[in-house]
Amino acid sequence: MRKRRVRFFAAARAAAAALLFSLAGGSPAFAAEGEKPQLLKGAWSFDGPFGRFDRASLRRGLQIYREVCSSCHGLSFLYLRNLSEAGGPELSLDAVKAIAADYEITDGPDREGDMFQRKRRPSDRFPEPYDNDQAARVANAGALPPDLSLIIKAREGGADYVYSLLQGYEAAPAGVKLDETQHFNKYFHLTGGVLAMPPPLTDGIVDYEGEGAPKATVKQMAHDVTAFLAWASEPRLEERKRLGFQVMVYLAIFAALLYFSTRRLWLTAHGEADEKEESA
Amino acid sequence: MPHGESYEPRNRFTAWMDARLPLLRVMHESFLTYPTPRNLNYWWTFGGILTFCLAVQMITGIILAMHYVPHADLAFESVQHIMRDVNYGWLIRYVHACGASMFFLAAYIHMFRSLYYGSYKPPREMLWILGVVIIFLMIVTAFLGYVLVWGQMSFWAATVITNLLGAFPLIGEAVKEWLWGGFAVGNATLNRFFSLHYLLPFVIVGMVALHIWALHIPGNNNPQGIDVRQGKDTVPFHPYYTVKDLFAVSLFALLFSYFVFYDPEALGHPDNSIKANPLQTPPHIVPEWYLLPFYAILRAVPSKLGGVLIMFASIGILFFLPWLDRAKTRSARYRPLFRQFFFLFVIACLGLGYLGAQTPEGAHLILARILTFYYFAHFLIVLPLLSVIEKPLPVPKSINAPVLKGAGAAAQ
Amino acid sequence: MSDMSDSIHPDMERRDFLYVATGAVGAVGAAFAVWPLIDQMNPDKSVLALASSQIDISPIAVGQSITVKWRGKPVFIRHRTPKEIAEAEKTPLSDLRDPEKDQDRVKKAEWLIMVGICTHLGCVPLGQRGDYDGWFCPCHGSHYDTSGRIRKGPAPKNLAIPPYAFLNQTLLKIG
Repeated sequence: MRKRRVRFFAAARAAAAALLFSLAGGSPAFAAEGEKPQLLKGAWSFDGPFGRFDRASLRRGLQIYREVCSSCHGLSFLYLRNLSEAGGPELSLDAVKAIAADYEITDGPDREGDMFQRKRRPSDRFPEPYDNDQAARVANAGALPPDLSLIIKAREGGADYVYSLLQGYEAAPAGVKLDETQHFNKYFHLTGGVLAMPPPLTDGIVDYEGEGAPKATVKQMAHDVTAFLAWASEPRLEERKRLGFQVMVYLAIFAALLYFSTRRLWLTAHGEADEKEESA
Repeated sequence: MPHGESYEPRNRFTAWMDARLPLLRVMHESFLTYPTPRNLNYWWTFGGILTFCLAVQMITGIILAMHYVPHADLAFESVQHIMRDVNYGWLIRYVHACGASMFFLAAYIHMFRSLYYGSYKPPREMLWILGVVIIFLMIVTAFLGYVLVWGQMSFWAATVITNLLGAFPLIGEAVKEWLWGGFAVGNATLNRFFSLHYLLPFVIVGMVALHIWALHIPGNNNPQGIDVRQGKDTVPFHPYYTVKDLFAVSLFALLFSYFVFYDPEALGHPDNSIKANPLQTPPHIVPEWYLLPFYAILRAVPSKLGGVLIMFASIGILFFLPWLDRAKTRSARYRPLFRQFFFLFVIACLGLGYLGAQTPEGAHLILARILTFYYFAHFLIVLPLLSVIEKPLPVPKSINAPVLKGAGAAAQ
Repeated sequence: MSDMSDSIHPDMERRDFLYVATGAVGAVGAAFAVWPLIDQMNPDKSVLALASSQIDISPIAVGQSITVKWRGKPVFIRHRTPKEIAEAEKTPLSDLRDPEKDQDRVKKAEWLIMVGICTHLGCVPLGQRGDYDGWFCPCHGSHYDTSGRIRKGPAPKNLAIPPYAFLNQTLLKIG
């Protein structure tokens, strides 16, 4: 979806630029429009008009989020119950309860007026890794790890961007100086590739269990966790595309009927005009 | 004054009503028997499409207001609540968000149609002026609504646009603080923007009513741009144009649905999925696509006050259009020179739209200045000049002949 | 156009069918389009997720009661005294406006759990007041007994019993 959109806009922009080029008599300043590296294209099952999420992939992505990302990144708009809702990882309610019970939350006040800790329930949100932004910055050498619940929508390039970023770490090129809290990622173009997040994924950092599970390579894990985050950004995607197809089919039929009605109606109107013109 | 076959009450109740409040009579004569030129093409269906858009925006907007919280701490959260938890909330919000774009798309086509066929010329000046008032209200309403999401783009759009008013000498600062209800865009600003965003559509409805009234007094213009003769040249609005407009609306709804269901974020900006942060400006601030031409005009001028004035003038000048273009012939079909300049003007507007999304530097800036100059020159130089020097083609005496030819071709 | 001959003209019939079909399809579409506009006002997912709550009842001594919130409504949890239980159980059904046995209103005789909303017009009754040592609604003077049954005043029904279960000796789940 995001991919097509980027391509569409790139084409539109190129066409418009070409048009303006010819108007302005050509100008070299046009050519230098940033040097963003081409993003890696993931094979997303949720792309296209009939796109659906791959449940197994979402579940593996959840595992990566919980075991790797969640130590620094929150998922603040998600409730644990979302994991069992239709169109997502679709875990059983018991599985969600078990996941929820891994996390604590401050509740209260109790009858004594004190706050107390209790296990999370499906109706609670995912836990935040830090108490506040300042604590997050202190723990991360001044950098604020962004919340991930909307990250796919909040970045140009969408899923492909996150997918690329997770695989884009490399040695800094000559001329880029890094201190020990900094890393180089060719897709993080905003600051010329320098970012505070260390490479989060290494081969085998999580254990994919169960039959037919793929090998936990960086590429596979980047794919799974990106798919999970795509779902987190847009949990109603499947419902949207399903309803969309029904609406489009309906509208096409309705439009066809209206077309024939209009044509028929206007044939009589022109006929009447003929008669009037003759009698006039 | 063209009026259709007059309304006759069907029963005693409607007769009783008719003598006291002739509402049914007005509706009947305005939307059923209203005599409409028989040669209107599909560019004329955008009035109906716009009515559809306004209704969709108001219905979805009223619903969104049931779930939205206009508070700086909760606005962004409540939008996510709508997207994730409210039954069909995602649908209603996407329809409203894409609906704004679709509304402007239809409005701009409607305006260019008027420009092409000379629908702003006598006796339809009031109709045109009311239309300009409506587009201005639409721009303000859309801007206010965009702020309500309280994402990064919302916040910084609010900051940048309200700062425009600071350009005015002496009163600028005071007006800004008055508008903000503070010393920067904040909770007070969000709250009043919400109130005004809810109010303005009702003002637009009033203006649309006047717009339709002002249309029904002289009657529709038509592609020939010539006056219609009663009876022979007209058909009743219903069923001929109700069905045809509905067909156009259904096609428009297909395009609309494509965006809502398959590419709902295509017309938005990724930064607006990040909650507003008053301490950090996004690297590129761009308005929604429908405001880009105005944004390009604003930035084409190297002075703050000058830019603001020129931008407002770009809409303001439209009010004077009926008196700048004095040519008697309405339709561009019979004005070969005007026709070429019309397309040049369309290209200038599209070009400004493209440039509004670019960084105003180097060739972009130069081009933006050239196109801004042309935008104004079109109204202030080209049109007045054309009304004097252009020799229009002969205009047909009646709209009937060419229409009948067309009908014959269709029937074969 | 209103000739007799027109209505039997085959072309006319086809035309009528086309118009009727178009109108019908349009009407059906409009009906479907209205549903999301109505359904959006129904309780949303976050509200439904909170449909049950768990309460630790161990701190509530005999003769005490607490009020907890369930689905936005007050729920009375009363640890009844033996006297209250006896009073409730011995009341003959013939004295009741909305006849219901006390045994049918509780799962454990010492715990009375009910929605604290007067069945008259929705006010919250006050505890251990009124002519029957139960609850008394200050709005319009309805008296409820120690089983929460209506005895006097304008209310038509007994206080409602929410769905609940004792998860163990001390943990109560409502909803």
